[in-house]
Amino acid sequence: MNNKRPKHLALHLIRFPLPAIVSILHRVSGVLLFLCLPLLLWSLQYSLRSIETFTLLNWMFQHPASKLFLLLMLWAFLHHFCAGIRYLAIDLDCGVKLAQARASSKWVLALSLTLTALIGARLW
Amino acid sequence: MVDRVVTGAHYGLRDWLVQRITAVVIALYSLFMAGWLLLHPGPNYDMWTALFSSNVVRSFSLLFLFAVFLHAWIGVRDIVMDYIKSAGLRLAIYVAVILALILYAIWSVQILWGF
Repeated sequence: MNNKRPKHLALHLIRFPLPAIVSILHRVSGVLLFLCLPLLLWSLQYSLRSIETFTLLNWMFQHPASKLFLLLMLWAFLHHFCAGIRYLAIDLDCGVKLAQARASSKWVLALSLTLTALIGARLW
Repeated sequence: MVDRVVTGAHYGLRDWLVQRITAVVIALYSLFMAGWLLLHPGPNYDMWTALFSSNVVRSFSLLFLFAVFLHAWIGVRDIVMDYIKSAGLRLAIYVAVILALILYAIWSVQILWGF
């Protein structure tokens, strides 16, 4: 056994457990979505206002840079959605045990990435 | 005397509940939108505006947006509470976020009933 003192917290060596990663990504994606609220409203406005603004919006979404950005936001939404459902389930006492919580956090990460890839591939 | 800070946490259970109720509204609307887009892939302008000209869809959309704004407020407030140590800065961010969200709410009504 290694009992050397003092012990230092080597930040680059500390491994977060999976549920912690899902949790911090829930925060990161939440902040991203909050920051993009004006863009969402602006897009909704342009999509509804007139056929000209609708077409303009369509054309802007075709740009590779905006596609990449939309893909990021799609992931942020899907991760926040899946992780949120997981938290609601935990509030209802479903999947509270450690093994289940680990498994469900794996599912959240995998499902949101898979859905992002699938929807992304379909849109392009 | 208890030394309270205006940016402290003393709203507990109510916000916890609001966060979950708004989450359910947001999830339901998202599923509705996803379903509609699956049935109508790549909608044109006429289909899109026809969808939003229904008062039910308009109201559901506004309900969704208001739920998003409330949800965002509680989420951002909790994050700011955790990471921003200075009470002054925290208050400044709260005021900015609240004002922005109120403006978004007004804007949402204009968008949904103004086209």
